[in-house]
Amino acid sequence: MDTSTQSAPVSEALAAAGASARPAAPVIELENLTVRLGHREVLRNISCSFRGRTIGLLGPNGAGKSTLINTLLGFWPVASGTARVFGTDIRSHAKQIRGQIGYMPENDAFISKMSAVSFIRMMAELSGLPSDAALERAHEALFYVGLGEARYRPLGTYSLGMKQMAKLAQAIAHGPKLLILDEPTNGLDPSARQRMIRLVREMRDSGEMHIVLCSHLLRDVEETCEEVVILKQGQVVHYANLAEERRSNLRFLELELQDDTETFRTAIEALGCECAPGAGKRLKVVLGEKVGVEDVYRIASEQNVQIRRLNFRRDTLEDIFLKAMETRNGGL
Amino acid sequence: MAVYKRSYRGYSGALTPAWSRFLVLYRFARRTMFRSRFQTGFFTLCFFFPLLCLLGIYANAHLSAFSFLTKRSGPLLKMDGSFFYIFTSVQCTLAFLLTAFLGPGLVSPDLANGALTLYLCRPLARTEYVLGKLSVLVITLSWITWVPGAVLFFTQSAMEKGWMAANFNLLIGVLVGSFLWILVLSLLSLALSAWVKWRVVAGALLLAVFFMGGGFGNAINAVLQTQQGYLIDIARLISIVEVSFFRDGTPQPFSPLEASLALLAIAGCCLWLLMRKVRPNEVIE
Repeated sequence: MDTSTQSAPVSEALAAAGASARPAAPVIELENLTVRLGHREVLRNISCSFRGRTIGLLGPNGAGKSTLINTLLGFWPVASGTARVFGTDIRSHAKQIRGQIGYMPENDAFISKMSAVSFIRMMAELSGLPSDAALERAHEALFYVGLGEARYRPLGTYSLGMKQMAKLAQAIAHGPKLLILDEPTNGLDPSARQRMIRLVREMRDSGEMHIVLCSHLLRDVEETCEEVVILKQGQVVHYANLAEERRSNLRFLELELQDDTETFRTAIEALGCECAPGAGKRLKVVLGEKVGVEDVYRIASEQNVQIRRLNFRRDTLEDIFLKAMETRNGGL
Repeated sequence: MAVYKRSYRGYSGALTPAWSRFLVLYRFARRTMFRSRFQTGFFTLCFFFPLLCLLGIYANAHLSAFSFLTKRSGPLLKMDGSFFYIFTSVQCTLAFLLTAFLGPGLVSPDLANGALTLYLCRPLARTEYVLGKLSVLVITLSWITWVPGAVLFFTQSAMEKGWMAANFNLLIGVLVGSFLWILVLSLLSLALSAWVKWRVVAGALLLAVFFMGGGFGNAINAVLQTQQGYLIDIARLISIVEVSFFRDGTPQPFSPLEASLALLAIAGCCLWLLMRKVRPNEVIE
């Protein structure tokens, strides 16, 4: 029996803690935020607020994701509207906010002749850590990201994957409250990507920081984020709370049976579920309040019905993204 | 985030004062500088001439002890403007060479691989970054220019009563000349290295600006029958200001005030160039 259930990317613990762990104040609040670069409006009247532990920023190239990050860091001036991080206005307290942020940029960012440990120590000291604490945290951060053995090597000799990890290490060395990751899995091989995703999840689950993850890779966002914002042409076109969607989607099942069995359907409905026949020998089921998947299996076993496939019916992030990208004329 | 636990933990310890963080840049740059044997050796060599001058001042004040060395009845050295002018000129030339080695390596490595973004995404403003990098040169060059100059001045003052009051303008000359030289050299080398982002080329450009600037200035003067060509000869401009303190009556193409204004304008241009390049993101226009 193939039960290809789509695994819930965010850990169950986080999903359960989801609502209760939310901070009272939003992590990021944007109100009619407009950012102009030259004469071009790169971000247009964006209004939204994020409270989740992990926030995914999605969008096609040129949608304004990196501009939004740069604006939050105070690199680009706000043309109109307001943006607040942890309730603090970025225009009046940019330095204060930057002290609470760890940033991993998309592009290369290193000093080639400097050893990783010296570089990260310097960055930690610039964030305000005393010299001894910065050195200690630099070593720890490098061990944490898996560069412990290579920490005395010059950064210029690192591979692309190692450079990505070093960028992550410098972003977390000073213990930021908000970690901004811009395309963290760019150029990583599958195993390195898995390691990066695992680290992001670990940091998320530690509860010590909030994470904003900007990526083209929907899978990265899906595997790590609670909230997703989709940007297109400088505007927010969709907001989704993935954690809540995952919870609600767990109630929807799509079964494929070997035989078209009416009695099985009746027995399922008797449990308090809603059923609707689908194409072929498929059956769509909305589970009742106190009914679990194990009850469906039990009835199938009792009635000697063979379930050939069972899926949790849910909109994948790809579905959500594609819907958001659809223009009014139906094109992409 | 203990190493043995391999897990993440935040930081809740004390933080350093915000005003002092630009000095982190100085500390790390100094460490890098003295890692190079050549630079350490050259820096040490820069103290040879001041030491020689110090010995000269001592010998001058204790002529009786060294009478077997000379048959002259007068002093060995004349402690006047010429002495301090030569001292300042020699030390400023050494400072120029040291800057050509040191300066380009300060900003270009940060710009070459995008590390500047990582500096500026922290609670460090662009001005603090420039100040931090500038402090590396200012402090290092100070050790070989006005600091030994002031030591010589006060040593001579201690050796000869009444000399200090009569020659106080010499100390001002050492200080003003050295500060001007340090300011212009530092800003120029940082601006050039930020502009070309290549250490070797930036060093070569710095040498070219000084040597070719003088050559072009002389060419302009010869062709146009003017003296305005000296405006692009930085070494000459600084010399005009220094001479006004050390030697009276030497004819100069500009007044010290005009030369100072020209130097400040050059420093302003360098600062503008530097601030245009020191940005967290490349601006594509």
